[in-house]
Amino acid sequence: MTELPRASFNERAPARAAVAEGDGIAVPLRAGAERAGDHVFWWRLASIAIVCGAWEIAGRIPINYAFPSFFETALAFGRMIADGSLPKAYVSTLQPLLLGIAISAGLGIGLGILMGLRRTAEWFGAPVFIVLQSAPVAALIPLITFVYGIGLTSKTLAVIALALPVIVLNSYKAVRNVNPSLVAMARSFLASRWQQILRIILPDASPLIFAGLRLGIAAGFIGVVLAELLITPTGIGDLITYHRSVADYAEMYAVIVSIILFSAVTLSVLQKLEIVLFRPEQREAGA
Amino acid sequence: MSAATAPAGAVMANGASQAIVSVRGIGKTYDGGVEALRDIDLDFPAGALTALLGPSGCGKTTLLKIIAGLLEPSRGEVRVSGRPVTGPGPERAFVFQDFALMPWATVLRNVAFGLELRGVPKSERRQRARQAIEEVGLAGFEERYPHELSGGMRQRVGLARALAVEAEVLLMDEPFSAVDEQTRRKFQEDLLHLRQVERKTFLFVTHSIEEAVYVADRVVLLSRRPGRVSQVIEPQIDRGASPEDIRRDRHYLDTVEEIWRGLRQYVD
Repeated sequence: MTELPRASFNERAPARAAVAEGDGIAVPLRAGAERAGDHVFWWRLASIAIVCGAWEIAGRIPINYAFPSFFETALAFGRMIADGSLPKAYVSTLQPLLLGIAISAGLGIGLGILMGLRRTAEWFGAPVFIVLQSAPVAALIPLITFVYGIGLTSKTLAVIALALPVIVLNSYKAVRNVNPSLVAMARSFLASRWQQILRIILPDASPLIFAGLRLGIAAGFIGVVLAELLITPTGIGDLITYHRSVADYAEMYAVIVSIILFSAVTLSVLQKLEIVLFRPEQREAGA
Repeated sequence: MSAATAPAGAVMANGASQAIVSVRGIGKTYDGGVEALRDIDLDFPAGALTALLGPSGCGKTTLLKIIAGLLEPSRGEVRVSGRPVTGPGPERAFVFQDFALMPWATVLRNVAFGLELRGVPKSERRQRARQAIEEVGLAGFEERYPHELSGGMRQRVGLARALAVEAEVLLMDEPFSAVDEQTRRKFQEDLLHLRQVERKTFLFVTHSIEEAVYVADRVVLLSRRPGRVSQVIEPQIDRGASPEDIRRDRHYLDTVEEIWRGLRQYVD
């Protein structure tokens, strides 16, 4: 479904690669797929190296006077860590982000599950969230500012506006797509409605719920950056705006790349957490 | 020693006292107006293995699910040990066609699931589950997950789960239809062995004539939709013989032929 291939979680890949290499030489025809799996780490490193290399070259040509090279950006990143401006910006950005995501996750998963379980909740809630999900919510952000000003509330609301619909709708679909045969099984072995929900429906729905949570968090990142660009110049948004205005493009790119990396790392940590907590059968397969 | 047959719709000669499951006037019409079953009257004797056989779409699975209490009949009544069925009960256990195993749980937990739901303490349910796992020949696989098992082994888990709750009646919905032919034969032999050891009543849905005749004491033939009882056949086969001998046995082959003649009219 939404899971990445198992090998991607395998931290021991480099160690095992050495063994597979011997095999690969002995039986070169068979080895293709297996070696790709065992060499995941190196392929990834190569992928990153190629992207950074292309960036470096593009920055040196340069394709645009406002496009810094990779090394300039990396140096700018170091400078901003050293002078404390980047950590400070993150502290300020993380507040509405964490708050918004916590609210969206709690409320969204709860509502989604309820909509999946009860027809009336579905009829009541589904239209609202389907409209919200397809609407260009970014256009509403200035409106939020009118009502709630430029403080933490507005930014938190911007995060929720982007994160909540996707979390609700995924949780709802997750519950709807639970294997009906498993529910019938639980019923035939005398499960109460609560036992059906807690022991069958939620565990079976958890991969899709988590997929929704990951999408929601990604949307939350968009929400918080948008809010900081559009509403109040603080945190990450302020750093981007400021460095653009004084033509420190290397700094600007360093901030942008850092938020992308931060978002990616957060999401993959969440995925690992899901497997550790809820999917013992995959944990075993990956070990 | 030819196969004994009874006319359609007749109440079984085995006295009502022996019938552990009795079905009276069951009819089922689905919401869309499709009539799946009409006027089913059947008695299932205690300790026997009865096969429900019929063309696809004849409502055999519907009937089994009504007996299990998973589906509400539109008309009629099912009684198990004299008590009317209003839902699933502890005296019945179901074996699912698609195994219905929890992918996130080990074999042991899957097998113990029925006991877990009933609040049996962990150590006791583990011990009973281990016993059931051994009975179906899966000892050593307790800590595996379903995706690590073959189709045949998964169905053994489903069977062990039904055995673990110690129900009197085992309801099996085409249990072997999703496994390959070799596994299927082995399974049928194991089922025969199992019913000699366990004093249980088996209701077994299948679309395979050979399977029905091979394993069942009684074969109930259902007609095409709306399903009705068209014939009840009791194959007189010496179960003590080896599987090879049974499959070559004259009575076995004659009964298969007889059922095929009965079913042929429903095949376009």
